[in-house]
Amino acid sequence: MRTLQIVETAYRATVEEQDDTIVWLTHAMAGAGGQFGMLLTGNAVCYAARGRQAPTLTIGEWQQSHAPDLGADVSALVAKGVALYAVEEDLEERGLRDAKLIDSVTVVPRDELPRLFEEYPRVWKW
Amino acid sequence: MPASLTFAIMDAPFENARTVTVFRLVQAALKAGHDVNVFAYEGAVGLSFARQAAHANAVHGRDAAAENHPLPRVWIEQLLGLAGKSGRKLDWVNCGLCVDERGMGEAIEGVRRGTPADLWKMSVESVNSLSVGTR
Repeated sequence: MRTLQIVETAYRATVEEQDDTIVWLTHAMAGAGGQFGMLLTGNAVCYAARGRQAPTLTIGEWQQSHAPDLGADVSALVAKGVALYAVEEDLEERGLRDAKLIDSVTVVPRDELPRLFEEYPRVWKW
Repeated sequence: MPASLTFAIMDAPFENARTVTVFRLVQAALKAGHDVNVFAYEGAVGLSFARQAAHANAVHGRDAAAENHPLPRVWIEQLLGLAGKSGRKLDWVNCGLCVDERGMGEAIEGVRRGTPADLWKMSVESVNSLSVGTR
């Protein structure tokens, strides 16, 4: 059964987790046989922009080995067969409408979202 | 065979009104004759942490017994009991990695450790599912 993951809350503990929790969850469930699409909305549309790389964190003498790479993580979802969408108006509001986006992301105007939802028996908003 | 429902929750205890809402929904579902699955993710694994302790409240002028401070672990125990009495099933699953990174391995009896694959399996086997994200 296909499930659409709507990700709106962005950068939630991504430095601590070294990923986005819902992107990670979707990877894990796709690996268990689940079929998913992912819609990026709100600030999460920033995940679709190329060239955004967080620096590794250093606290005292402790240095993070792997900074989160959210663009790579959502790209890897696409490679697993997850259809990736981003809301056009949310990209535009953040000055990203003309930015380089990762491959295979489909930009969807907000008024076409009901049609997209119809394609998925389950819709989970996070 | 009763229809089952699946809930996925993320909020840590004592942080958000969504927590109480989820508990009320689970209770309502059990009372309506449904089996219920809960997948506790991220901070929500703290809901079943066995060491939650009630406290007195000097502002309220009440000792611990009188204050009867709400504890989500007790609510889960109550829901597990409700499910048992009514012949329904409540399967409460904590994300194991979320438990490990928080050091919250001491869960109350009746709560089990799992993975996102459990969430996927439970949702596929349910008539419907609800994800309750956090902000």
